[in-house]
Amino acid sequence: MAPAQVEVAHPTAHGGWWSVTAHWLTKYRRVWFGTAVSSFLTPLLYLAGMGYGLGALVDSGASGGIGGVPYVVFVAPGVLAATALQVATGETTFSVIGSIKWDRLYHGMLATPLDVRDAVVGHLTFVLVRVASASVVFMLVAALLGTVRSPWGLLALPMAVLGGMAFASCTYAFSAGLTNDQGITLMFRFVVTPMTLFSGTFFPIEQLPGWLQPVAWATPLWHAVDACRAFMTGRVDVASVAVHVLYLLVWLVAGYVVAVRVLRRRMVV
Amino acid sequence: MPYRSSRASEPTASQSTASQSTASQSDGSRSDGSRPDGSPPGAPASGRAPQGTGSLISARGLVKTFGEFTAVDGIDVDVRPGEAFGFLGPNGAGKSSTMRMIGCVSPPTAGRLRILGMDPASQGPQIRARLGVVPQRDSLDEELTVEENIWVYGRYFGLPRSVVRRRATELLEFAQLSERAGSVVEPLSGGMKRRLTIARALVNEPSILLLDEPTTGLDPQARHVLWDRLFRLKREGVTLVLTTHYMDEAEQLCDRLVVMDHGRIVAQGSPRSLIEEHSTREVLELRFDADDHSRHLADVDGIAERVEVLPDRLLLYVADGEAAQGEVARRGVEPLSALVRRSTLEDVFLHLTGRTLVD
Repeated sequence: MAPAQVEVAHPTAHGGWWSVTAHWLTKYRRVWFGTAVSSFLTPLLYLAGMGYGLGALVDSGASGGIGGVPYVVFVAPGVLAATALQVATGETTFSVIGSIKWDRLYHGMLATPLDVRDAVVGHLTFVLVRVASASVVFMLVAALLGTVRSPWGLLALPMAVLGGMAFASCTYAFSAGLTNDQGITLMFRFVVTPMTLFSGTFFPIEQLPGWLQPVAWATPLWHAVDACRAFMTGRVDVASVAVHVLYLLVWLVAGYVVAVRVLRRRMVV
Repeated sequence: MPYRSSRASEPTASQSTASQSTASQSDGSRSDGSRPDGSPPGAPASGRAPQGTGSLISARGLVKTFGEFTAVDGIDVDVRPGEAFGFLGPNGAGKSSTMRMIGCVSPPTAGRLRILGMDPASQGPQIRARLGVVPQRDSLDEELTVEENIWVYGRYFGLPRSVVRRRATELLEFAQLSERAGSVVEPLSGGMKRRLTIARALVNEPSILLLDEPTTGLDPQARHVLWDRLFRLKREGVTLVLTTHYMDEAEQLCDRLVVMDHGRIVAQGSPRSLIEEHSTREVLELRFDADDHSRHLADVDGIAERVEVLPDRLLLYVADGEAAQGEVARRGVEPLSALVRRSTLEDVFLHLTGRTLVD
């Protein structure tokens, strides 16, 4: 009876990290419209409110802008990098702890041939898709508003994505070690928000008290902001951009290594 | 329609595979695990089992500790192809820890463990590729639909999209969820979610299906529907390994089981042989109007082979319950109620450990 039953009964290999990304994308399909609208509206609101509202005050001052450009041109790269970071953080906090504790998706994944690395890489790849698409939308809005002053500006896109991912791998590692979601609220309040405010996003870090400037240099966001700003204003210093890229890569790799370790210790017991 | 027609046509798969296993030893090294044409589902599994032992799962001196706490304390287990094997014990007996080790998600602390002839320490992914796992707590994606859950899971095993789609249709039929295929999982009943978890676990056509407390928390009707599905799988030759703290579940489903307590195996055998070995044929339950039932021990002295005192009743282990009840009445002892029943695994457990299974 039914001799044609025999096809590949067992796979030659497992589905790999891509099958994990596919899962997250399947989930995302249900909510993409809402996030697409917000990733379009958020930059618009920021650029309108900060860039033009606040910008009118800044530009009418003695300096006539910041560093010789109108405030909206100054602030756009900052908001781009900050938006990438926000999206990256948002996708690597509750969903990570939820996949461990609440809906237990990771338990399901790790009962298959998949490894902890697949779960982490697959998840982060989905985050990459989210951060990249949010950044593309932002760039379109920013370009339409005339805040991209140079063809170099196109490179601000991968730069912002790298900045977001560098932080995402670290927030992933942090979230994977949490036993409840209070740590996430604290992280947003005491890390993400201050970093967004004081990493050169809305004003140059030279405005900070002297002792705070090294703190700003240490944040991944400042490096992303500074590089994005260089690209979008067309004042590119290759050496400093290279430093920014390298620094962010270090964060990305370190975060990933720790994330895999933390998740393995959590799941494989 | 059964979830795989080749299985339905092989009701005695467990018998027939035993002899085939030696014949197919030569290709036991095949890494793709594909099934020879027309062979019953148990075949690749037994084909891979080490020659001579015939065990799909073999554990010797298996130990699992968490810090100071010893969850599994040196157990020996052998599970044969096509059988339904149970771990029976109260909560905290070490059943789930054992299942997680067999599922290759928890490394053993000590001892030797072989699954499908492979070592979990070095071949975890290869073993997991051929297991179906129904965990104690569902790990479904409740935001997705019923069928999406199976599609997504099948992709974890590297199955092509077209295969996953077709198999999802068959599996949902089997799990009696076809009408709900497009529904989001979250609002479904506990029984439906459990059946979906089982359907999902079958997507890779596993050699062994591991079920950790498959019906805990379900209402009686949902339990019976689930048992019926598991019976079908068993008839079709799927090797089932399950844990339970319900003795009725163990008696219904298991060909062979081990009774666990405090991380150790305290008895093993078929449900019937365990009852024969560790209990009497019948039990007379006497309920008195008393806070402490041990006060009535003297009243029944000498009637039974053995008497167990529970907080709310006395259990008299006897060969003939009616006769014992007559003797109680003859002595003028007047319990509130008296009930004669057959011995169950619950009695075996009570005898072996001095405690009840479900408290």
